[in-house]
Amino acid sequence: MKPVSTEEAVAMIPDGATIMVGGFMGVGTPERLLDELVRQKKSGLSLISNDAATPGKGVGKLFEGAQVSRMIGTHIGLNPKAQQQMLGKQITVDLIPQGTFVERIRAGGCGLGGVLTPTGVGTLVEDGKQKIEINGKAYLVETALRADFALVHAFLADYSGNLTYALTARNFNPVMAMAADTVIVTAEHIVPVGVIAPDHVITPGPLVDYLVANG
Amino acid sequence: MDAQTIIARRVAQELRPGNLVNLGIGIPTLVANYVPEGLPVFFQSENGLIGTGPIPEQGMAHPLLTDAGGKPISALPGAATFDSAMSFGLIRGGHVDITVLGGLQVDAEGHLANWMIPGKMVPGMGGAMDLVSGAKRVIVAMQHAAKGKSKIVARCNLPLTSARPVDLVVTDMAVIAFPGGKATLMETAPGVSVADVLAVTEAELAVPDNVREMTL
Repeated sequence: MKPVSTEEAVAMIPDGATIMVGGFMGVGTPERLLDELVRQKKSGLSLISNDAATPGKGVGKLFEGAQVSRMIGTHIGLNPKAQQQMLGKQITVDLIPQGTFVERIRAGGCGLGGVLTPTGVGTLVEDGKQKIEINGKAYLVETALRADFALVHAFLADYSGNLTYALTARNFNPVMAMAADTVIVTAEHIVPVGVIAPDHVITPGPLVDYLVANG
Repeated sequence: MDAQTIIARRVAQELRPGNLVNLGIGIPTLVANYVPEGLPVFFQSENGLIGTGPIPEQGMAHPLLTDAGGKPISALPGAATFDSAMSFGLIRGGHVDITVLGGLQVDAEGHLANWMIPGKMVPGMGGAMDLVSGAKRVIVAMQHAAKGKSKIVARCNLPLTSARPVDLVVTDMAVIAFPGGKATLMETAPGVSVADVLAVTEAELAVPDNVREMTL
């Protein structure tokens, strides 16, 4: 784990990169990294995020300057800008069931080629997908998802990169922290090693490449 | 009693001690207000919480404790938080006893459409498809008709949420179940006759001899 400034962290992300961003309706999202992505005007991003949040909040900020060219998520209904850009075909949006979304990311982080899920069988979701039957029940083959960068927000990070999360701000963060080539973390509090007891670590330090300095 | 209150009160009667329950946005959220006093049930919020409590009092909200719509909530004693993989493992894995969702259409065989109106409303399915596919019991809470048009239809013409039929539909006029895969009128709302229900329902409903009136 290497400490970096917000500016340095975002400078590593090239235009056109695929980024996974933790958070659920902007809760548990690395806001400082998103503000910096806006400031550095990164463009053509492929965004993997549960939702498009709301205008001005979380990943919602990326839609104002049309920095996203493709999104994979589960729900964009509360961000009119994202809706508008999708309906105007300025961005490509793949909407997938939330349980499938998180399992595809989990698979990507755990060395699996994908997962089998009954969700979506008999609906529009199954179009173009392989369907297989196991013990008489139909499942869709859903392939693994990975990204170039995962932008993760934790509650506590210690000096060695161990992370814990708070309340409903955990959501997709620990799963995404396993599924990207480079993992960049912001934390509400950075604390000495030992403050987080080993039993309470959710994301082990070796998964974290960069920890953004606070202050 | 207004339509939403009738629906929420009636759905609340379906809850059993110890149930793990997921409530969707809209009318389903109101069900929590009518849980019988002392009935131990757990509400799950799919953004990662079991033990959802009421909206916090002024100044008591925490920015990292919200419902699936991003609105502040509280957590009850015994609450547990977890990540989204666990949350949807609970849902898809059959650990959620009851899911209550809103609906756009339910058809005569119990199929639900509730996530998309092609060309008009394409917000995304969020967790709805996993909930309907995986929960032990699926209850739809919705108005019987919208703008004079029946939401209980012969066949859904909107995209389905799941191939799995729902178990119960509770509207402001009726309770409908699907024994043997056929829409069947189980109860009518107070002051609503069987004929009233049939007159505004597009789907063909089986009508047993003993259609009861909802007790609210």
